[in-house]
Amino acid sequence: MRYKIVIQFIALMLGLLLMLNNCAPMVPRAALQLAPENAGQRLLQSRQFDTDEPTLLSAGTAVLQDLGFMIEDSEPAYGLISCSKHRDASRTEQMIGAFALAMFTGVMLPVDREQWIRASVVTQPVAVDTDSAKCRTAVRVSFQRIVRNQLGKVSRLESLVEPQMYREFFEKLSRSLFLEAHEL
Amino acid sequence: MKTKRLVVLWSIAALLLLICACAPAARPVLEAGDSEVKLRSIQSRVFDTPDENRTMRAVIATLQDLGFVIDKANSSLGIVSATRLSGYVLKMTVSVRTRGETQVLVRANAQYNLQAIEDPELYQRFFVALSQSMFLAAHHM
Repeated sequence: MRYKIVIQFIALMLGLLLMLNNCAPMVPRAALQLAPENAGQRLLQSRQFDTDEPTLLSAGTAVLQDLGFMIEDSEPAYGLISCSKHRDASRTEQMIGAFALAMFTGVMLPVDREQWIRASVVTQPVAVDTDSAKCRTAVRVSFQRIVRNQLGKVSRLESLVEPQMYREFFEKLSRSLFLEAHEL
Repeated sequence: MKTKRLVVLWSIAALLLLICACAPAARPVLEAGDSEVKLRSIQSRVFDTPDENRTMRAVIATLQDLGFVIDKANSSLGIVSATRLSGYVLKMTVSVRTRGETQVLVRANAQYNLQAIEDPELYQRFFVALSQSMFLAAHHM
């Protein structure tokens, strides 16, 4: 008889825990906290160009279009363009891994199928002049993605921080500025 | 006989608690946790500058520093929304409007996965980051 009471007691405690958990969301401590790595990311994601803000914004839009992004919102008064694209997320090595595991264990793990990549480009005037060649404007771009597996479940929610990606973006942006300047 | 009744009572109590725990938070559409006044004071700060555009650009820069990607912004309403993905979804909307001739009022509200954030400490951290980026002190309302 006694063990039944113990089981009931455990259930009661579990219920209490669940209730407490329901009341207070566990927001990670790092959220909304400026950390030293934020400064590194800012360097990675920012560049300055010798041009005025509208020119930089339109060159940026052109680069995003070159990369296949769909523009979702823009607000020139704040120097903002935000955009996204849906792409395939399947990776050969992950598929081979899942297949090998299935061969040995009979359990098929879901593999990644699609990703929603989001980006925002924000410009900020550093020096303003009537002559656009004397202007200087800063730009910051950031990418993030949501990956879903073949069951439609979210498997990754992350910021993209590969330096190569940002370097390529800024190379394309400076080429785009050159093309805009020469009206090509 | 007595133990049996005790078992039944315990079972009912446990079941009720589990049901309560699993029930979704009430009034998800028109929810206003504590009181609106308290929530507004947690989520708002005043800065001594009349420049709404400069403030909003600082808000956007702060959100980017904190790892957010900007979703939308509207300058006629003075609002911006942004999302941070890091194993979780943290969404934030910030509004800026002028207050009198010399001040702006900044209000932020945030959502962590499926829950509204009402923890004053989290908003305080955001406003600390914002005032660093604006080189201005943040005052409570």
